[in-house]
Amino acid sequence: MSDGDTRLPIEPLEVRHRREGLVHLALTAAIALAAVPALAIVLFIAYKGAPAISLGFFTEMPMAGMTQGGILPAIVGTLWLVGVSLLFSVPIGILAGVYLSEYAGRSLLARGVDMAIVNLAGVPSIVHALFGLGAFVLFLDFGTSILSGGLTLGVMTLPVIITSTKAAMQSVPHTFRVACWNLGATRWQTIWHVVLPNALPGILTGVILQVSRSAGETAPVLFTGAAFYLPILPTSVWNQTMALSMHVYALVTQVPKVPEATKYATALVLLGVVLCFNSFAIVLRTYLRRNRRW
Amino acid sequence: MDAPHIGIENLTIAYGDREVLHKVSLAVPRNSIFGIIGPAGSAKTSLLTCINRTIEFSGEAKVGGRVTLDGEDVRTLDVSDLRRRVAMVLPLPVGLPMSVYENVAFAPRRVGIRRKADLDLIVERCLTQSAVWDEVKDRLDMLGTRLSGGQQQRLALARALSTDPEVLCLDEFSIAIDPVTTMRIEAVLTELKAQMTIVMVTNLLQQARRIADVTAFMLNGELVEVARTTDLFIFAKDRRTNEYLTGRFG
Repeated sequence: MSDGDTRLPIEPLEVRHRREGLVHLALTAAIALAAVPALAIVLFIAYKGAPAISLGFFTEMPMAGMTQGGILPAIVGTLWLVGVSLLFSVPIGILAGVYLSEYAGRSLLARGVDMAIVNLAGVPSIVHALFGLGAFVLFLDFGTSILSGGLTLGVMTLPVIITSTKAAMQSVPHTFRVACWNLGATRWQTIWHVVLPNALPGILTGVILQVSRSAGETAPVLFTGAAFYLPILPTSVWNQTMALSMHVYALVTQVPKVPEATKYATALVLLGVVLCFNSFAIVLRTYLRRNRRW
Repeated sequence: MDAPHIGIENLTIAYGDREVLHKVSLAVPRNSIFGIIGPAGSAKTSLLTCINRTIEFSGEAKVGGRVTLDGEDVRTLDVSDLRRRVAMVLPLPVGLPMSVYENVAFAPRRVGIRRKADLDLIVERCLTQSAVWDEVKDRLDMLGTRLSGGQQQRLALARALSTDPEVLCLDEFSIAIDPVTTMRIEAVLTELKAQMTIVMVTNLLQQARRIADVTAFMLNGELVEVARTTDLFIFAKDRRTNEYLTGRFG
């Protein structure tokens, strides 16, 4: 630099461009690394399972020690279990999330409860299973039944539904609440007419993610509601039932001479059920967001 | 003079250990526009929020002294009822995330007015009073949040009027809107004072001068001077008022 030249030395343009390019490359690589395995799993299972898929596979009872026939009772059982768990966890979870977001304040107790719930969401599902066995099957004497299994799944999903409800409520701008209170609206009127409707897409996302988790988990229903082999359809919540996740586990590890394709086909159906729930959620959320309000 | 509509007696506000308003007393006469001016940090907004008790939202605020409405301590009144009697317009326009119509019908619905014909009347009256009816009458179904800033602020005013309030508080209502809209709302306010008492916090000295009947000057949480607006702007008694009004600080 010559005397009198006070300009600061700046990075050449190419250096900045090269750095932009590198970052872009790294981000693209990351998303590829994440997407490839997911796609590979689906394609692999579909490829291996496709030969066993037929109409009968969906509508028939398993036969010949589960080596032949269909998986109808497992599909129906999974729907029952998920249904019972939702009836339990959705109302309680949403109300609790509303309480934490709108009423609890920032007291020490409230923060403690909040933290406990967040941690509860991280408890392994096998621990929930043992809790379900002790609490529902034995203590409340519901036996091994859809009710016990559903409630266990419900307890497992509750913390996440509470947390996501709270987060969805908090993402609604505070100014809306103040505007309502300034009009003399009560706390509940404000929640019901303004906050909840706008938090609904977010709440729904949380619920649906838990639906797919309920359908997929094996451990919680292992001791509480799922039967190994029960070729009849359940008629009440007091029945035991087969479940898809449990059925995959049984076919793969417990039953000899099951054709390879049947195992993969069962997994494929489980994947399909979860995917159905998820696409339903995505459609519903898109619909609700279409009249997104701010 | 009649008994004041709003009485502020020895009002003191502290946030934690920090006292922001010191023993302020004011009497707001009925059917007038009462202007409150002063630089930022003089607790004008805090004072305003004591009237409809929205100050209670900020948990740590401690309030001493009292505010009366028609001689009654506001803390003895039901808070929802109080806020319907004392309406508030905030600095930044807030359109509630619902249709223009529902924005105005919101408060009436909450107290059980359900007949469409009744609601229609309220909506048209309030939107007309707030000088926005002609612009929105053909799109009442549109989301309130899609209106322009100036329209949203007039919508907020219409919403405030929907409870038939006896007091209208305005907290720097023109801070985010254009001068033309500001002038229209000012014209509306001078008409509205026949029906209600208006308390207007403003940073625009000329706004107070244009429409306030009485103006109070606040500085650092104290009331420096209060007088009829014409008197205050011509013969301020206090040196600090004079310096503020002539632009030597603030």
